[in-house]
Parts: sequence; C-alpha cells; structure tokens
Amino acid sequence: MNPLGHARGPTQGAQRESGAEDALPNVQALRRTDLFERLGLLALVAPALLLILVTMLLPVGWLFYLSLLSDQGTFSLEHYQRMWEQPSYARTFWTTFQVSFLSTAICIALGYPLAYFLSEIPKRAANLCMIAVLLPLWTSLLVRTYAWLVLLQRRGLINNWGIELGLWDEPLALVHNLTGTLIGTVHVMLPFMVLPLYSAMRSIDRNYLRAAANLGASPLRSFWTVFVPLAMPGLLTGALIVFILCLGFYITPAVLGGGKVIMVSSRIANDIEIFFNWGAASALGVVLLVVTALIILAAARLVRLDGVLGGRERV
Amino acid sequence: MTTPGRSEGEIPIAQAAARTSWFRRAATDTQITHGARLWLYALATTVLLLLMLPTLLVIPMSFSGSQYLEFPPRQWSLRWYQSYFDSTAWMQATSTSLKAAFLTALISTPLATMAAYGLHASRLRHANLLTMLLLAPMVVPVILIGIGVFYSYVKLKLVNTLLGLVLAHSMLAIPVVMLVVGSALRSFDMDQARVARSLGASPIQAFLQVTLPQIRFSVITGAVLAFLTSFDEIIVSLFVSGGDNSTLTRNMFNALRDQVDPTIAAISTIIVAITTLLVVFTQFIGNPKKD
Repeated sequence: MNPLGHARGPTQGAQRESGAEDALPNVQALRRTDLFERLGLLALVAPALLLILVTMLLPVGWLFYLSLLSDQGTFSLEHYQRMWEQPSYARTFWTTFQVSFLSTAICIALGYPLAYFLSEIPKRAANLCMIAVLLPLWTSLLVRTYAWLVLLQRRGLINNWGIELGLWDEPLALVHNLTGTLIGTVHVMLPFMVLPLYSAMRSIDRNYLRAAANLGASPLRSFWTVFVPLAMPGLLTGALIVFILCLGFYITPAVLGGGKVIMVSSRIANDIEIFFNWGAASALGVVLLVVTALIILAAARLVRLDGVLGGRERV
Repeated sequence: MTTPGRSEGEIPIAQAAARTSWFRRAATDTQITHGARLWLYALATTVLLLLMLPTLLVIPMSFSGSQYLEFPPRQWSLRWYQSYFDSTAWMQATSTSLKAAFLTALISTPLATMAAYGLHASRLRHANLLTMLLLAPMVVPVILIGIGVFYSYVKLKLVNTLLGLVLAHSMLAIPVVMLVVGSALRSFDMDQARVARSLGASPIQAFLQVTLPQIRFSVITGAVLAFLTSFDEIIVSLFVSGGDNSTLTRNMFNALRDQVDPTIAAISTIIVAITTLLVVFTQFIGNPKKD
C-alpha cells in the first residue's frame, strides 16, 4: 500500500522525515512507488478523456477554426462581422435573451413559493411532493413538448375547455408563438429551479426566524430580512442553471415556437440543415459558448459551481 | 438537524389548537396562521399539478379511438399502439435507440467509473482542470456539440452509423455517470482500500473486492442514467443518426414538426412507462444508507 499516503498529517510527516535521513534510498524507493501509483491512477482517467477529446473538444475546436475562415477559405472575421452588421442576427440574440430572461423570471415566480411550501411541510410529505417535481425530469423532453403541443393547439384541450367554460370565445393562439415557447420552456426548466431552492431553504435553521420574531419583527419583515438572504444561494444557483440552459435551448422552442421564435440554437441548426453554411453556424456557436462561459465565470464568484453541475441536464 | 426548538414550541400551540380551527392555527413560529397561508398552499398545489399534468394527460389520450387526440377519449382503443407496432420505420428506430442506449451504458459506465476513481484517489494538484475537461460535455451547448460531431463524422465517415452514435452518446453520458460515482466515492472511506492493499491485494483486486461492492449502487444508478441519456438524446441524434440507424427521438422530432400524429402519444406512453420502471428500479436497489 501507498505509505506516503499516510504521511499527510503534520506530526506523522515530521516523524517520518526525521527517520528518513538515516535511510535515504528507502525514501527514494517509496517516492518512486508513490509516483508510479499516482501515474497509474491518472492513467485511469485517460480513456474517458480520450473519448471526450476526440468526440467533443477537437470537433468544437475545429468549428472554432471554421468560424474564422471566409467562404473562399482564407482567414477572416467576416462571419463575426456579419453578425454585428445584420439586424436579423440582433433579432435572434434579442429573442434568445428575451426567452431566457422571461423563463427564468417565471421560474422564480412559480418555483420560489413552491420550494418555500415544500420546505415548510414535514419532510415525508415534501418527499412525496418531490415526485411531482422529479417526474418531468425523468420524462423524455420530447414527450413533454409533445404533451404541450397537444394541450395548447388551436383545437387542443385548453382552448376547448376555455370555450366550453365561456372564458373566451375564439380559440386563442397559444402555440407556435412566444407564449407556447415560454410555457414549454418554463415547464422544462422549473425542476432545475425548484431543486436547488428547496435544498437551500430546507437547510435554513428556523430558529433564526424565531429569533427575529422574538426581537419584534413582523412575519413579513423576518421573511425578507432573514429568510430571503439565507435562501439566496439556492435562488442564484437555480437562476443560473435555468438561464444557461435556456440560452442554448433548442428542442422545445423549435417545436412550440413553430418557426416563429428563432433562438440561437434554431438558427445554428438552420444554417447547417438548410444553408450548409458551416462558417456562419460555427461563429454563432462560438458566440453562444463564449457568452455561456462568461456567465458561468461571472456567477462562479456567487454560486458553488458543483451545485450547478449536479442537475441532470438533458435539454 | 431537525429543528429541535419547534417541538417544544408546539406544545402551547397544540393546546391552543384544540380550541381553534385549522385556519386560525399557527403555521409557523412567527404566528402566521394556516388561513393566512391558504394562497401559498393553493399556488404550490397548482404548480405541482401543472408540473405533472401534461405527461399524465397524454397517457389516457393515447388510448383514444378517434383520429384526433381528445380528453377524455370518447371511445377507447389500442389503434395507435397497433399503428406503432405495425410500422417498420418506428420499430427500426426503437431497436436502434435501445441498442445505442444499451451500448452507451456499457461503454460510458466503466470509463466514467475509472475516471472518477482515478481523479478521487490520485488527489492531483491539477485535478480541477481534468475534472473541468471531463464535465465539459455538460456545459457546452448541445447544439454546438451536435454540429461539431456531425462535421467530424462527415470526415471520418461515421455519419448514420451505430458506432458513431454510441461514441457521441457515451461522451455525453460520461459526465453524468462521473458525478454519480464521484459523489459515492467521496463518502467512501479510502482507508479500507489501503488496508486491502497493505494486506497484499493488488490495486485491481482492492478495487474490485473492497471499493466496488460499496459503491455498486451508484455505479448501477450511473449506468441507468447513461442509458436514459442516450435513449432521450435528441440533438446529436438529429445530426449524426439517419437511414437505417435513425433513432426514435429523431423520428419523433421530425414527426412533431410536421403534424400531431396520435401514434406519438402511444410511443410517449411507452417511453414514460419504461423510464418510470427504470427509475423505480434504481430507487428500489438504491443505497439503503442514503435514506
């Protein structure tokens, strides 16, 4: 076994080193064994790393290179320049930002009360309710998107019920537009908001609230000045996950937006599938990646990143 | 810690509760009553229902006998299931998806477990960089991965092959499995492996006989998640699968863009059933220590 592995404690290490002066070759042999041991362990990482390198890092790097080539194959920034000059690109970015921002805001508006409710009820009941939050996460994204398509279409359930109940007379346009996109996106993203919020709220010691009440704070005041700040890390984590996932979201906006809500991902797919314009698609992809990375880096100061990666991302 | 103060505080409340109705009873220690909180309960219940409803409505609608999807169905039938099982295209796509998902779980689980163990046990100074690289498939927008894989597969002649699909899906599944196995390793006492080694076990023996049995629940969960990652994957499949090796999700996505075919309701129901079974399976075998 790796004896140097135990030499980490300060006292143990000191003892061993004083003894080590006498038996120098032995120490060297031990160091060598330790080195080999570590190299062996490192070799375990190699196959996974190689697969990711070949199927992701190199291809994405290649796209980065393609984005810097003009249609004639010379080095140029024309794809990025076009993005800056053509108003259609500005519209795409604006739509993407709008959908991401609104979805995040609605997720907070719906997820915060839900997480708060879950954190206040007994743990066993909360675990039962959690099934409802986790069920969408387990269900295929396409199934959920399809369900909303069925519910929201012109002659779908919601319109039929609304008209039967006399809430509105004409079928509402609920899908193939921004409304449908937002409904579907929020439904997909909500669990990513609720899970970190709930775990943050559950871990808040309610004695702080009792102390605030004891010191004369009204319920509302103790909520705002004690509970909300303590739950803030969960809120930030949730908002970060939702916003980032929305930025690169493709499937649901493509189906429920019906070609009218063009987000960056849809535009990249169109550039490839319809126009075969690798340069333009790559440039857009690079911008999307850089924006995502910048947001993550900026947020890394506020939020624990491993929490962000904990969610099961399938969008 | 389970708020020890609360049980003490509830004694006078409980006495008062005997006399007052549930609406007037205190819901928290700051004297908010359940009545004043009704809006919260209503809102939370609505959101919970909204989360579940769309999926649950598709199930009865898939048994509809009419041309259009309706709820509740006026007549029940299995015609959409029949149209699914009778279609060679859907059957072929299903078999491709199942094959790809199975192979993805088979490849990514050992690779990711090895990587997680290596990172955990070597305690490298630059492990953070390695971890970031290994988790990158989770952070990079999938659409970018999709076109990148497509571009390189065109050069490597891997487009529309099962091998290409499985390799790309394994890449996407590795971070998922790594997170699950990694968190299990963090709660595993590595001294046990050290004891095994000092008693003469080789590194591989120590891993297989001491470490693996204790993290096996997480490894199985990871394998199930890898299976689902591949089975549910849409974007990369859209670009690199096709022809005889077209996946179920690819065919569903294309069908959704054209029209609302009730056959998809039947397929959705089957997928929900399979997914639920898998999840219940992982919960059932789930680590008993983890509560």
